[in-house]
Amino acid sequence: MELTLGPLAYHWTPEKRRDFYARIADEAPVSTVYLGEVICSKRAPFFERELPQVIDRLERAGKRVVLSSLAEVMLKRERQATSDLMDSEGPEVEVNNAAGLMARGGRAHRIGPFLNAYSVATIDWMAGQGATHVCLPPEMPGAAVGVAAEAARDLGLGVEVQAFGRAPLAVSARCYHARAHGRTKDNCQFVCEEDSDGMPLATRDEQPILRVNGIQTQSESYIELLAELPVMRDMGITHARLLPQDVDMVAVARIFDDVMQGRSSVEEGRSRLGELCVGTGFSNGFWYGEAGYRHIARRADAA
Amino acid sequence: MTTGEQFSQAGELVCPAGTPAALRTAVDAGADSVYCGFRNATNARNFPGLNFTPEELEASVAYAHARGAKVLLALNTYPPAGHEALWRDAAEVAARVGVDACIVADMGVARHIATTHPDLRLHLSVQAAASSPEAIRYYCENFGVKRVVLPRILTIPEIRAIKQEIPCEIETFIFGNHGLMVEGRCSLTNWMTGESTNMDGVCSPAAKVTYEEDANGALRSCLGGFTIDSFAKGETAGYPTICKGRYTAPHRPEGYYAFEEPVSLNLSRLLPDLMAAGVHAFKIEGRQRSKSYVRKVVGAFREAVDTVRAGAEPDLADLIALTEGQKETQGAFQTKKWR
Repeated sequence: MELTLGPLAYHWTPEKRRDFYARIADEAPVSTVYLGEVICSKRAPFFERELPQVIDRLERAGKRVVLSSLAEVMLKRERQATSDLMDSEGPEVEVNNAAGLMARGGRAHRIGPFLNAYSVATIDWMAGQGATHVCLPPEMPGAAVGVAAEAARDLGLGVEVQAFGRAPLAVSARCYHARAHGRTKDNCQFVCEEDSDGMPLATRDEQPILRVNGIQTQSESYIELLAELPVMRDMGITHARLLPQDVDMVAVARIFDDVMQGRSSVEEGRSRLGELCVGTGFSNGFWYGEAGYRHIARRADAA
Repeated sequence: MTTGEQFSQAGELVCPAGTPAALRTAVDAGADSVYCGFRNATNARNFPGLNFTPEELEASVAYAHARGAKVLLALNTYPPAGHEALWRDAAEVAARVGVDACIVADMGVARHIATTHPDLRLHLSVQAAASSPEAIRYYCENFGVKRVVLPRILTIPEIRAIKQEIPCEIETFIFGNHGLMVEGRCSLTNWMTGESTNMDGVCSPAAKVTYEEDANGALRSCLGGFTIDSFAKGETAGYPTICKGRYTAPHRPEGYYAFEEPVSLNLSRLLPDLMAAGVHAFKIEGRQRSKSYVRKVVGAFREAVDTVRAGAEPDLADLIALTEGQKETQGAFQTKKWR
C-alpha cells in the first residue's frame, strides 16, 4: 500500500502553494500527488499559472502526478475546463464528474471520490469504460470497502481510500464563504483565501462542527485511519490518501509511513499527529459504519 | 436532437406519494404521474411509516393506470458493495408490477436495469447530480435514460440552453423543500448520525431529533446530539435539518443561517417560462407530507398547469400558505444572485 497526497481543496496563495509542493517533492514519502482545482472554477486560473512548474518539480522528484477535475460542472467555463483536461495528453487524470467521463470517452482515467463508486456493479461498469483506479467515497464503511476492494482487484484496478484530512461532506451551487460575508458567488472577491484550512462553523452552544470551503462543506475534525492501515492493506487497498490541510503535511506523511512500515506504533503515530494538529480533533466513525465524527477504538470485528 | 419516445403530454404534473393513500389522493386530485418508493434503503426518502411494500405498489399501479396516471418508482440511492441485491430485487418487482419508469442515480443500478429489464423506462434522479449537457448525455447514451430530473441550481435561460443539447426530457422541481447541497454528494447526515443519505436514503432522521428547553424557556433543536438551531421563548422552532440550521462563524458570533433559511421553493409564477424553456414535467416535492397537503398542492397545480396551457394567467395565492415557515423562494431559477 502506498501513500498519496490528494488535491488541495483550499485557495492558498501562489507562494504558499509553490513552497508546499516543493517540500512535498523533496521530503514527503508519498508516491502520487493529485493536483488541480476540484472545488471552485473561479479559483482555477490562479492554480493553472503554477501548474507546469509544480508538475515539473514533482516529477523530477520521482512523484507520479495526477490531475483532478472539478466536482461540480455547470457553467460554460467549467464544462470547457473539464473537456480540456480530459483531452490533455499530459499526466493521468482523475474524474470527479460524469461530464468528465463523457469527455474522456473511454480513454484511461482514474475515478475520483465525488463520482459515487459505491457498488461492485458500478465499479465493474467504470472499469469497462476505461477506469484504471478508483478512489472510494469517504463515507463508505470498512465492510463495504472490503467488498469493493476485492472487486476492484479482480478487475485489475487500483483502489484508494482517504486516510487523513477533513471529510468532504457536501458541495453546493452556492458559495457559503461569500454568503458568510454578505456577498454572492459572482462577487466573492476570493474571500475564501482568508481561511487556509476552511472557515469554522460552530453550533450556537459553541461546539465546533463543520468547515466552510467556498461551495464545499467539510468536517471540523480530521479523518484519521492510522489504526486501520493494516486492515486496509489486507483488504487489497493499494493507496491511502492524505488530504492537504494547513499543517505540516510532510510530517503527517512521515507519521503514516512510519506506522505503515512498522517503525512506529499506532499509539506513537497518534501522539505525534496530535502534536502536529493542535486544536483539531480526529475521527474514524465512517469506517466503522457509525456517525462520521466519532473516534472509535480499533475493533477486531470491524470490516 | 430527438427527444426519444413521448411518454406523456408536456406539462406533466409529477406528484409525491409517501403512502398508498397519498397516491390515490394525488391521482384523484389530477396528478399525471406519481412517484413513490419501497419501504427500504433503495429510495432517498426512507422514513419510518412511509413508502410501499411490493403488494401495495402493485395495487397502486393498478389504481393509477385505471385512471390514466403513471407511477414512477424512485430507486435513487447508492447500493454499498455487498448489498446490491436489495436494489436488484426492487428493480425486479418494479418490472413485474408494471411501473412506468424507474428513477435511478447509481450507474450500477442503471446498467443493471438497462440490461436485465430493457423495456423498463429509466429516468435520471436528481441524486445523480447531472447539471451539464455532457453529464446528462453520459447517462442517456450509456443507459438509455429518457428523462433527467434537473438539480435546483439552474436559471431558466440555463435550462433552455441545456434542452438544446440533450436527447431526453427535462423534469424540474416546482414546489416544496428547497434542497441546498448537490444531491447525491451530501454526507452531512451520515457525519452527524451514522445514517447515510446516499446509502440508506436518510436525511436528518426524526429518530435522531430532540428538542431541549432551558430554564428561560429558550428551545434548542438537536440532531444526533448536535444543536442545529436555538430559538427564543415563543419563537417557532423549526425542524433540525442540518443545512437549514443556524451556526456561528468567527466573524458571525450572533449565529446565522450559514447555508439557507427555512424557505420553500415555489415556482408557480414561472410555470409559463419553464414550459417555454422546454421543461416537460414539473415535480412537486413532499413524499413525507400528509394527504390533505397533497390534495391541496396537486389540485392547485393541476388548475394552474391547465390555465397556462389555455393561455391564461394562473392564480396561485393559496400555495404560499403551504410553504415552509410561510416563506418562499424562486431560488436559482430566477436569478444567479441566489448563488
